[in-house]
Amino acid sequence: METVSLNGLMESRDFTDRVCRESGQPAGNCYQCGKCTAGCPLAGTMDIPPNRVMRMVQLGLKDRLLNSQTIWICAFCSTCTVRCPRGLDPARVMESLRIMARREGTALKGRGKKVHIFNDNFLDSVKRFGRMFELGTMVGYNLKCGTPFKDGDTGLIMFLQGKLKFLPEKPREMDEISRIFEEVQRMEAEQK
Amino acid sequence: MNYSYFPGCCHHTSAREYDLSTRLVCKNLGINLTDVPDWSCCGSTAAHSTSRLLALALSARNLALAEETGLDVTAACAACYQRLALARHELSGDGDLMKKVNKITGKKYRGDIKVKSILDVVHESAGDQLETMAVKPLKGLKVACYYGCLLVRPGEISADDPENPRKMDIIMEKLGARTVEWGYKTECCGASLAVSNEDIVIQLVEKIIRNAVLAGANSIVTACPLCHFNLDVRQFKINRNLGTGYRLPVFYFTQLMGVALGLNFADIGVYSHFVNPTKLLRSIG
Ligand code: SF4
Ligand code: SF4
Repeated sequence: METVSLNGLMESRDFTDRVCRESGQPAGNCYQCGKCTAGCPLAGTMDIPPNRVMRMVQLGLKDRLLNSQTIWICAFCSTCTVRCPRGLDPARVMESLRIMARREGTALKGRGKKVHIFNDNFLDSVKRFGRMFELGTMVGYNLKCGTPFKDGDTGLIMFLQGKLKFLPEKPREMDEISRIFEEVQRMEAEQK
Repeated sequence: MNYSYFPGCCHHTSAREYDLSTRLVCKNLGINLTDVPDWSCCGSTAAHSTSRLLALALSARNLALAEETGLDVTAACAACYQRLALARHELSGDGDLMKKVNKITGKKYRGDIKVKSILDVVHESAGDQLETMAVKPLKGLKVACYYGCLLVRPGEISADDPENPRKMDIIMEKLGARTVEWGYKTECCGASLAVSNEDIVIQLVEKIIRNAVLAGANSIVTACPLCHFNLDVRQFKINRNLGTGYRLPVFYFTQLMGVALGLNFADIGVYSHFVNPTKLLRSIG
């Protein structure tokens, strides 16, 4: 864990407002009780614990947050959310930060980069086949990470159990899936 | 009882036995499932981590297709359930967003039908008939019911109490199994981080398995393909990496229901797990 300097408080009011708006969470209501962090199963592997993320949102520390590993390590388990005494949804805040980091083209490294590659690969499969094609997604992920044989053992287990399909199954109306991806892209470009 | 059924992308692959056992058990309980016509991926974590609109639209397409059948929709996969239920929750509460998303999908989703997890559906309709239907009571089984995250959180879509869910426990108890009290019922297994950051997930899963064993369980029961994969197949890596010797069978709750209802083991896929449950199942009754 690193120390956060609170000099130059309120780096970006605009950022604070945007996170609150996009996540639908009045982050200012957080009173730093730390309950979210106490129950977070992944806090031990995060570089910034959840309660501090909330504080940093209040302070508008944009660069630190968008470059953090935490926002990618968060598994959206929502334990924090059901326990927050202020009725806040930190999982939603993490989600909005992930989306923003992507939108801003933040260069990712370490764990975050791997999560990002996985997500991209997954969506690529949905875009092409309308469904997530497990084998293709796994192989594609491992190739992009430069570890082609990772999960070979789990893959072998699945193969022996007859659980690997070598061809994707598609819905009939693939044009409807393409439409969704295109329309979302168009609308989001307009919003920018 | 009639429902439209959302099979989810893993229904023919990693979660095949969940799908098989769900369909068979429902049939035996008089719950009719009709597949959502031409269903597509719910978007899962990848979509909602990327774009809110994309996540909503991918789920909304399926909700619209389900709505056309006029039946409430149920999903076996906890992740699919959560995505569909959250999309319904958000869209029903925001007319403008609903319009926007319908414009994206080109469909007319109205938010009329409910989204239910298969656990909820089975728990609700099985009721008291379970005790009498159990031709092979699960005597000797001490199960740790593991609910994970996506089924019970966040609160708006919770299929059961988020801190101490009981529905799976109740079903198992009615079928003659003993359930254990344990503190890891709803602890996260790390879900899809297993692919990108397996070392983290190995630690999380080890804690879950260890606590189930400490609580005296001889098996774990789940209602989620991601949890199942992490708890079952990853025992092998945990043992290899951490020098442990876990051999704890992990079942879908529908599989154990199938066992109790006297269904053919092969039909409900009990032999397709990494940790072989044959010995344990032989000891029943
Ligand atoms: S639990 Fe809620 S109020 Fe407490 S630190 Fe976390 S977000 Fe803030
Ligand atoms: S949702 Fe994220 S931040 Fe909240 S408890 Fe789960 S992993 Fe931690």
